[in-house]
Amino acid sequence: MRKQIVILGGGTGGTMTANRLRRRFDRDDAEIHVVDRDNRHVYQPGLLFVPFGLAQIDEIVRPRRRQLRGGVVFHENEVESVWIERDEVLLDDGTVLPYDVLVVATGVRLQPEETEGMGGPGWNERVFTFYSPEGAEQLHRALESFDRGRLIVNLVDMPIKCPVAPLEFAFLADWYLRESGVRKNVELVYSTPLDGAFTKPVASEHLAGLLSEKDIELVTEFNAGEVDGVGGTLTSYDGRTLDFDLLVTVPLHGGAAYVERSPGLGDALGFVPTDKQTLQTPVAPNVFALGDATDVPTSKAGSVTHFEAEVLAENVVRFLEGKELDAGYDGHANCFIETGFSKALLIDFNYDTEPLPGRFPTQAGPLPLLRESRLNHLGKLMFQWFYWHALLPGREIPGIGPAMPTAGKRHVATHTT
Amino acid sequence: MTATLIADAPVDVDAEGFLTDPEQWNERIAEAIARESGIPELTDRHWLVVRFMRDRYLSTGTAPSIRSLGKESGVPIKELYELFPKGPAKLAAKIGGIPKPRGCI
Repeated sequence: MRKQIVILGGGTGGTMTANRLRRRFDRDDAEIHVVDRDNRHVYQPGLLFVPFGLAQIDEIVRPRRRQLRGGVVFHENEVESVWIERDEVLLDDGTVLPYDVLVVATGVRLQPEETEGMGGPGWNERVFTFYSPEGAEQLHRALESFDRGRLIVNLVDMPIKCPVAPLEFAFLADWYLRESGVRKNVELVYSTPLDGAFTKPVASEHLAGLLSEKDIELVTEFNAGEVDGVGGTLTSYDGRTLDFDLLVTVPLHGGAAYVERSPGLGDALGFVPTDKQTLQTPVAPNVFALGDATDVPTSKAGSVTHFEAEVLAENVVRFLEGKELDAGYDGHANCFIETGFSKALLIDFNYDTEPLPGRFPTQAGPLPLLRESRLNHLGKLMFQWFYWHALLPGREIPGIGPAMPTAGKRHVATHTT
Repeated sequence: MTATLIADAPVDVDAEGFLTDPEQWNERIAEAIARESGIPELTDRHWLVVRFMRDRYLSTGTAPSIRSLGKESGVPIKELYELFPKGPAKLAAKIGGIPKPRGCI
């Protein structure tokens, strides 16, 4: 009997999963379907560079269909809902896709409307986000003419995709404004609901140090509740107000809209509860999930999705063969953090080990961890090539697997998360 | 972790005063922690939130974030901040005798 594998989402996780599974199964053994509402695959790390004119949208977007191996069926449709009891997915054109295995890989949805005033007057005039291609382009235009005033970089609340991205934005904004010769006229502020610059203690201290070196004011425990995009104020739930001339915000994130329309699939925020080691969901044994769409307790990031995809594809095969699942995902995440002036940091961590200084992937390097270097910056730039040509097709990168390497890390005592 | 007495009951707390064993909790402990945190009296609305936090922690092993609290407890986020000034999720967890929410990653 030919098995039906249905993958919701044709982004990083869905594409990698489809391509890996396509290689594992003969066409006579499995039919693989990928559903996405559009045919635009965005290389999301590239969005960070667009506001500074360092990348153009057309350089970071490719057709989703073309990233999928031959023999994968692509449906350009919105998902209406998932009928878990019937093992079926209903698409917006009335198509019903029955499945033996369902993989949820629909990432997150930006929800500016969940914050009072956000998305209303002043949106894309004085209040921007670079988390969407359109927003990143609009912000580029605004930054080109911004030469004085108060620029606030804000994240409304966790979880967000790539938790380091707003910090990187602040570092790059400092660099950009210095290059343009107007930094002295600009007050740069970084406001976060966290109690430090970042979630993990050792990295948080390093990053707070960088903010202060670059003369960026850090405002912590600021839970933004309301924005006035005309008057230029951002107010927290506990009544504090920050004035701005330009606000760059990361809006609230939730799961895809169909998750809410599918009883039993997601939690209150639309994320899909997922076993953090096997990536099977408690929703049903034949429903798996990966990437930003899950509630797995690690960063929502492409590197996480990539490491998860290896484990998930293996587990889908095992499940269909009636074998025990591999509890192989350890929470491994790996991020370059762009710090401006052609330098970047690299952090590497998992569920149990926070980002530590040292070298990556082994003691012999070549990349320094938690320290600014030009090589890390080149690594970040080169990564886009790897993404399209190695990661999405589902090829392995030698020496970098799902399990976090420990050889090059210097363990710092007395810190607990 | 330190052993201490709250409302005459022996409890273990972490460096910030969060109970490390939810089983040691009772309502008098909750009232004592609330008073110490600047909430003179726990109203029905406070209790609704505290119980929601506690039930959720005991059934799932994690405390809800402020956002899910606002969506699921029936108390909107604005009111949560009025009830528990500064950090509603943190403070309600402390009063409810569950460990400090780990926050996000």
